[in-house]
Amino acid sequence: MATLQSLDIKRRSATTEPPPHVRGNAIEVAKLIDVSKCIGCKACQAACLEWNDLREEVGYNTGVYDNPADLSPATWTLMRFTEFDNKGNLEWLIRKDGCMHCEDPGCLKACPAPGAIVQYQNGIVDFVSENCIGCGYCVKGCPFNIPRISQADNKAYKCTLCSDRVAVGQAPACAKACPTQAIYFGSKDDMIAHAEERIVDLKERGYANAGLYDPKGVGGTHVMYVLHHADQPELYAGLPNEPRISRLVELWKGGTKPLALAGIGLAAVVGFFHYIVKGPNEVTEEDDERADQINR
Amino acid sequence: MASLAPTFGRGAMTNHWNDIKNADVILVMGGNPAEAHPCGFKWVTEAKAHNKAKLIVVDPRFTRSAAVSDLYAPLRPGTDIAFLLGVMRHILTNDKIHTEYVKAFTNATFIVREGFKFENGLFTGYDETKRDYARGEWEYEIGEDGFAKVDPTLANPRCVLNLLKAHVERYTPETVEKICGTPKDKFLKICEHVASTGNGERSMTSLYALGWTQHSHGAQNIRCMAMLQLLLGNMGVPGGGVNALRGHANVQGITDLGLLTTALPGYLALPSQAEATYADHMKTRRFKPLRPGQTSFWQNYEKFFVSFQKAMFGQAATKENDWAYDYLPKWDTPYDVLKIVDTMYEGKLNGCIAQGLNVLMASAHKGKALQGLAKLKWLVVIDPLETETARFWENHGEFNEIDSAKVQTEVIQLPACTVAEEEGTFTNSGRNIQWHWKAANGAGESRSDLEIMAGIHTRLRALYAKEGGAFPDPIVNLSWNYARPEAPSADEVLRELNGYVLEDVKDPQDPNKVLMRAGTLVPGFGALRADGTTTSGCWIYTGCYTEAGNMTMRRSTDDPTGLGVYQNWGFVWPANRRILYNRASADASGKPWSTRKKYIAWNGSRWTGPDVPDYGPTVKPEASVGPFIMNPEGVSRLFTRGLMRDGPFPEHYEPFESPVANSLHEKVASNPVARVFKEDWKEFGKADKFPYVATTYRLTEHFHYWTKTHLINAILQPELFAELPEALAKEKGIGPGDWVRISSARGAIKCKAVVTKRLPTLTIHGKPTHVVGIPIHYGFVGTARKGHATNTLTPFVGDANVNTPEYKAFLVNVEKTTAPAGAPSV
Repeated sequence: MATLQSLDIKRRSATTEPPPHVRGNAIEVAKLIDVSKCIGCKACQAACLEWNDLREEVGYNTGVYDNPADLSPATWTLMRFTEFDNKGNLEWLIRKDGCMHCEDPGCLKACPAPGAIVQYQNGIVDFVSENCIGCGYCVKGCPFNIPRISQADNKAYKCTLCSDRVAVGQAPACAKACPTQAIYFGSKDDMIAHAEERIVDLKERGYANAGLYDPKGVGGTHVMYVLHHADQPELYAGLPNEPRISRLVELWKGGTKPLALAGIGLAAVVGFFHYIVKGPNEVTEEDDERADQINR
Repeated sequence: MASLAPTFGRGAMTNHWNDIKNADVILVMGGNPAEAHPCGFKWVTEAKAHNKAKLIVVDPRFTRSAAVSDLYAPLRPGTDIAFLLGVMRHILTNDKIHTEYVKAFTNATFIVREGFKFENGLFTGYDETKRDYARGEWEYEIGEDGFAKVDPTLANPRCVLNLLKAHVERYTPETVEKICGTPKDKFLKICEHVASTGNGERSMTSLYALGWTQHSHGAQNIRCMAMLQLLLGNMGVPGGGVNALRGHANVQGITDLGLLTTALPGYLALPSQAEATYADHMKTRRFKPLRPGQTSFWQNYEKFFVSFQKAMFGQAATKENDWAYDYLPKWDTPYDVLKIVDTMYEGKLNGCIAQGLNVLMASAHKGKALQGLAKLKWLVVIDPLETETARFWENHGEFNEIDSAKVQTEVIQLPACTVAEEEGTFTNSGRNIQWHWKAANGAGESRSDLEIMAGIHTRLRALYAKEGGAFPDPIVNLSWNYARPEAPSADEVLRELNGYVLEDVKDPQDPNKVLMRAGTLVPGFGALRADGTTTSGCWIYTGCYTEAGNMTMRRSTDDPTGLGVYQNWGFVWPANRRILYNRASADASGKPWSTRKKYIAWNGSRWTGPDVPDYGPTVKPEASVGPFIMNPEGVSRLFTRGLMRDGPFPEHYEPFESPVANSLHEKVASNPVARVFKEDWKEFGKADKFPYVATTYRLTEHFHYWTKTHLINAILQPELFAELPEALAKEKGIGPGDWVRISSARGAIKCKAVVTKRLPTLTIHGKPTHVVGIPIHYGFVGTARKGHATNTLTPFVGDANVNTPEYKAFLVNVEKTTAPAGAPSV
């Protein structure tokens, strides 16, 4: 997407140059999803499709309320429904899944394409499609299993936290649409303060382990949850208990990176000579047809 | 409507959406607002967040509302009355009622005739051949002064409260558990929460919808809650009330405008055949007070009726012709949707106009509706969307099996535009009439419903004017004073509903002084007259459009008390009163029951508060005028006399299809006065072949049969499914996403299985009983996956008072199966 200006960028994938420093007053934002207030109405999903102009194919019922069945290039957010038998008292835990906008984003760290993933000073992590090479490293780098690669255009997609709306002082479409204010949006500090009030209320109602999900393993997140059972986040459709960036990604970012870069450089040189000797790649009619099919 | 009016005097949500935030306890039963009213449900969230309210959900299914509740209990579909009479027994035997309120503001102290009895499941006066009661004995003792006898000491065993105590005595927690399957500990816990509001300090709101109405005893389900709220003193107070959540944006509006086939706009009565003359009609509508000094507001019936006739027929309605009384049709029997479908099915209906109703999908027993439609000579469908009803003649394999070549019905589709493509008003659940502006032009050749109806009328009128006929008068004399007769504006219609002054009204004290000028809009229904000098198309709407402007356009967010009373937002009928019966928020002396629930109170010279008093603004408390001003008693009714067909007290009757006998009275299993057509008796299933209890409902992702035509809604919930309890699925070897065949005595459908802990296997009469849930919404037209009509399964019987079909409780069988022909299998 990339709708904030380049001046707002704090970090840029596969880039060693320092980011611009002239703007320094951005407030860190956060979306707070209060699972205890969520009724699973999917208004957030509809708003996401509307605002971002996305349309998934009509799917099937697979025996659950989750529809579409999973995140996809055209489904950036999704309600995940879990039935939990809490000692004879049934609970229906409904969690809105989507990008967590980590302070230390595994996707950005893993991304080898310069500027394909950026983090703004307000904390939003955004994919810049024209720089994306579709390698899928962001998928591997994400501890929450969020990005999806499109078969049609070979680009990675995920929630932008409506960076275009936020850039002009609006809340994300999902927060705007939520009828029960289960989705709050504001500065991260305000969201934490609001969460604390909610947690007091939940504890009064008998949820002794109610708490805020803002995992430190990824430096905290700009999408946070209020959970009734913060001691067991995995109850909520497998929300990771202690999310961390994969060791492989950490390694890639460390010692092996120069080596790999040398490898890429070599490939480029080989490619250049291939071009000189054999000429450019040409698209055949079959290629076109295949592309058409995928795009359809 | 059918139970609230007999109890309180008016048939509408007593409080309003914003007021839910003032509740301390929210009881959701007979509805699922998180699912069906997610935007209104925000007020429940507010009450929880800012008022520390407890949310209780009682439902056969663990619903989306239950997902955010503090306390949930299951019950078997169709047993709400047993549950609620059990709650009433609990608060009566544990002395948790608000005694002072009950004595002052209900008919608890009224003495009932000796002849009235309840024995073996029947009230006095039952006639089995007619399936009806003679209701003469369901009445108070009337004294020589013409007033009802009362005993303020409650010593007389014939007092309403004592009869009620005796009536509910059978509904012990054990009996409730046996009938409803609700575990006793959960039931008692709920009783405690409910009882915590019977004191004037705290209040409970009841939120319900079609989960209560769609039963053969639907009106009595709601009656139970109305009575319970009276016993607790929760009527007329902030955060209280019995709140019917309406399923469409304008259901309240259409109800106000004469939805029932025996009603005229404003809840006036359409005369029946027994009322041949105007005098006959008025004879039973004098509504003389039953206690000294009471308001009995319906005494003004004639003013509203005459003003209505003047609005309808203008100069053709005169005193000499009894205000054109003969122009009104006189009904023989109510024509509800079941009756209409049955009449089609019998081949006795030539034509049908289906306006905004997808009757093929929405009627109970789809097979019968399909055969009925095929017997029509013509069918006009007025709808913005392509509907199954307009396409009933198409064969869609097992989704709609019909021999198209044999169908002779001529189908005419008139495309209507959607609400956003026309201006007009919505009347929401809280009776708030709100103007909406046109946002875009309608697509293609579509026209507004107003324009379509006007087009039909002007053409018919021209035909009648030219060709005459047996009785053209009502049509050629219909008042039609619009600038463009073929396209009246919503503004003109709303003015007409409000009403006009026809002749100068002079001050009786000073004939030179004109109180209201001819041609001006009537300021309020108090100004309507029975002498033909005023008009009003719907008297309860009077005041919505006055000389000061269109009140429904107001959008002020001023709420001086913070109680959610936005007096200058829209216009609420009646007379802009937001909470009905609000005088009951203060005790007999006019003092608020508590500081917390202070609303309308007597300040020594008048009634004041954030709302318009639902009461004479300067009537002194000493005058002992009751707060339920519509009722001749002045008080509300725990005992409804003869106003409901199936009893002055509610009683537990099994649904027409039930897995068990009625353990309270075996010989009277189901509602003894619910109407069943002859052919349909044999179409009820028994538990030997159909052992599972089924219920149907809406999903939040869809709206009836409309949104399946819309891509985003189809993406979010693409395909028909049924919800099965885990134990049943295990028994039958059914896994999540498998195809299942669900059958009832009337037909079968195929759909996907959602195996869930949220549907219970209850212990009923000691036996495990599975409950199966099936959403509606799918069909053979639209963008979502093609699916069977859920109403293929539902029984053809309705509520005893208003004939709303029993969609919520019936019997089915469930088997594992394979995909329907033509459905891709995934």
